Amino acid sequence: MTTPIATPSRRAFLAGSAVLASALVVPLHRALSSVPAAQLAANGYLAVLPDGAVSLALPKTEMGQGIMTALTMLVAEELGLAPSAIKVSIPPADRARFAPIDTTTGGSTSIRELWKPLRQAAANARAALVDAAARQWKVMPDGLTLADGAVVNPASGKRLGFAALVADAAAHVPTDATPTPRSAWKVIGKDTRRLDSADKVRGTAQFGIDVKVPGMKIATLAQSPVFGGKLAGHNTAAAKAVPGVADVIALDDCLFVTADSLWTAKKGLEAASPTWNEGANAGLDQAQVVSALDAAVAKPGVTAKAEGDLAQARAGAAKTLEALYHQPFLAHATMEPGNCTAHVTPQGVQVWTGTQVPSDCRAAAARVLGLGEDKVQVHNFLMGGGFGRRLETDMVERTVSLAAKVPYPVKLVWTREEDIQHDMVRPAYADRISASLDQAGKVTAWEHRIAGSAVMARFLGDKFNGVDDDAVDGAIAPLYPAKARLVTFKQVESAMPTGWWRGVGGLRNTFVIESFADELALAAGQDPLAWRLAQITDPRARAVLQKAAAEAGWGKALPKGEGLGLAVLHIWDTCLAAVAHVKVDAQKQILVPQVTVAVDCGPAINPLGVKAQIEGGVTFALSAALYGGVTLEKGRIAQSNYNDVRPLRMNEAPRVITHVMPTDNAPGGMGEPPAAVIAPAVANALFAATGKRVRQVPLQAGFEAA
Amino acid sequence: MPVSLTIDGKQRTLAVAEDMPLLWALRDIAGVTGVKFGCGAGLCGACSVLVDGQRLFACQTPVADVAGKAVTTIEGLTGQPLGQALAAAWEELDVVQCGYCQPGQIVAAAALLKANPKPDDAAIDEGMSGNICRCGTYNRIRAAIHRAADTIKA
Repeated sequence: MTTPIATPSRRAFLAGSAVLASALVVPLHRALSSVPAAQLAANGYLAVLPDGAVSLALPKTEMGQGIMTALTMLVAEELGLAPSAIKVSIPPADRARFAPIDTTTGGSTSIRELWKPLRQAAANARAALVDAAARQWKVMPDGLTLADGAVVNPASGKRLGFAALVADAAAHVPTDATPTPRSAWKVIGKDTRRLDSADKVRGTAQFGIDVKVPGMKIATLAQSPVFGGKLAGHNTAAAKAVPGVADVIALDDCLFVTADSLWTAKKGLEAASPTWNEGANAGLDQAQVVSALDAAVAKPGVTAKAEGDLAQARAGAAKTLEALYHQPFLAHATMEPGNCTAHVTPQGVQVWTGTQVPSDCRAAAARVLGLGEDKVQVHNFLMGGGFGRRLETDMVERTVSLAAKVPYPVKLVWTREEDIQHDMVRPAYADRISASLDQAGKVTAWEHRIAGSAVMARFLGDKFNGVDDDAVDGAIAPLYPAKARLVTFKQVESAMPTGWWRGVGGLRNTFVIESFADELALAAGQDPLAWRLAQITDPRARAVLQKAAAEAGWGKALPKGEGLGLAVLHIWDTCLAAVAHVKVDAQKQILVPQVTVAVDCGPAINPLGVKAQIEGGVTFALSAALYGGVTLEKGRIAQSNYNDVRPLRMNEAPRVITHVMPTDNAPGGMGEPPAAVIAPAVANALFAATGKRVRQVPLQAGFEAA
Repeated sequence: MPVSLTIDGKQRTLAVAEDMPLLWALRDIAGVTGVKFGCGAGLCGACSVLVDGQRLFACQTPVADVAGKAVTTIEGLTGQPLGQALAAAWEELDVVQCGYCQPGQIVAAAALLKANPKPDDAAIDEGMSGNICRCGTYNRIRAAIHRAADTIKA
């Protein structure tokens, strides 16, 4: 059986797997000993191979965010190489290999977790190579440098390639070498092109959906349209009458058809015409979900943060404002539809898929099949978008369930309709937020009640304490000081399966808090920028706010029907501010021609990648801010494809102007922050343009109703 | 019934039903996976191919409709000067993120430049409006099309 590996890494993987035993291997956990365990959530594997090549098995997964490039840059810096000279591979899932740290990629954690340990590991490798060269030359190691895969003695002009040093170096790897100081960086902080472009622009990059396994059939599935429903009946003979259909496999809540192509499988599934016992949720509509959320925020939920005396802080206030905000369920709608390939044999199971959670996928396959994890191999691939959808293991679970019932390898592909209607959606939320202001417009009391599905609860089980720590991220310590603060969370579940979505909790909180900040500025009779600067003490947040405002021309006169709006956040160890320029046309259509962003994410490992994340994150989340939301109708998701889950197209996408402000702060995340800031910036600009305050996403529908 | 066509310069005969959309004939039968499945409904452009220089959505084109014709996918296009110029511009401007939509974007850009060798922003927006990018790389795609147009002209 072939074992396809993502194209950029195939050669490296094959090389690395054969020679690791004799390589200078620097297990990351050795390098981590000097780093507090609390900072770590990942592990990796770095090797200098006998031929002198440097290989890196990615501890994190690539879904477009550029982590393959950024992590490789950290290694390249220490080892005196161009990033493109390092052999990068996407390793198969192996929790033990990377233990004690998980390999999950999400929450803008990759750089934050690996910034220290990966440079430490590479610095240790560097020191080992330098020391080995010093021993050979019988000189002191001080003053020796690395360049182009060799140790160089500038004094003598001598060079020794890594290949000549590996054996000796491998026996003397230190654990406490000093990583290259910022003043000497040659790679970190420099615009660096992605390592995965060449294959992606030629159609040769391999995503999970492109896997080819000899003898493979292609399958698709129908799951109960109503959440919780069961398969009632289907016509196997009709499906098998479609030429090319191989098998029809029924589970209690799902029907699969395998065939020679996805199209044939889909025709077979249509011919099988499954019917469903819809079950208890068949009457559930979106309005019931929203009512439950509204009821939940009518009183405080479980305390996430309480400080000061709220009643006292309110008592002397000049003004008190209260507002109710709503945010919808959001589909991920990754361009690459759901898919997974599996082959179950007496020896175990092979799984091929693109996932943000390779170790969890391995465990899920083992659990479903009743096997030990040692019988499960999960080969990971580039992802055609993740956005949190591929933090779930449902695709693997469905696929191995099917593969266990057929004698051949099978690639299971979700149709777009099935992908959207069985997404694990971003929860819908209601937020009731109130604040009191003193005579000067300063916040005295602040109360924020949040209600929605608790995604964390699904993962924590009995350990869940009633507060979803992600859903309150950015809310328990907002940028606005107050004498008293109460932040609460109330878990409200519906039949809708929920999961994480790019921007996660910080996104939902930033929409509410930054929209409400403009409402407070208005109540205080102050300009939104001036009011924020009078409240915010966080110097980094102030700096990005002032930069974005200045670059966007804050305060300039604009034609009627146009406005600027701003939003700022300090979450994921990153400070980011955006100014959106909004126009409203005669048909009440909200247009966003330009967004200006300033960011302090610390040193900005790859500024070119940081800019890409800003351009992309803003555009991704603007689609949802303007038009997003899937709704429950009769227990099922009413939307089904890109006509009603509407991503922006090129003519609708804003021009995104980015200002990366490198600082000495520890590196922050960059996947989530740009996504999190755009909805409130646009809502505030919409108010500036029209005088209408829209307290819901999607903004376009809210504006039309206003 | 077998259908004969040319795929990226190679004569192929595929044993498929005539009404099978070209997308699945290419991906699942012929093994040309550079062509991507995104929506199956002509909404996203990920499956774009060139037939006689025109961009078609392969998911909406029955394979019998292109019998005897020359189909160019991203894999063949990037072996031609126009495709090479586009691929180079995409790489120089670091366009891709997840990369899944980009084969379709580049094929659509090739059709655009064949029809209009020097498009302005509005012409690019119009020509590319059939292609969705979830990662939001539109600013860079537009810039890369300008870059490629300049390269070809030079």
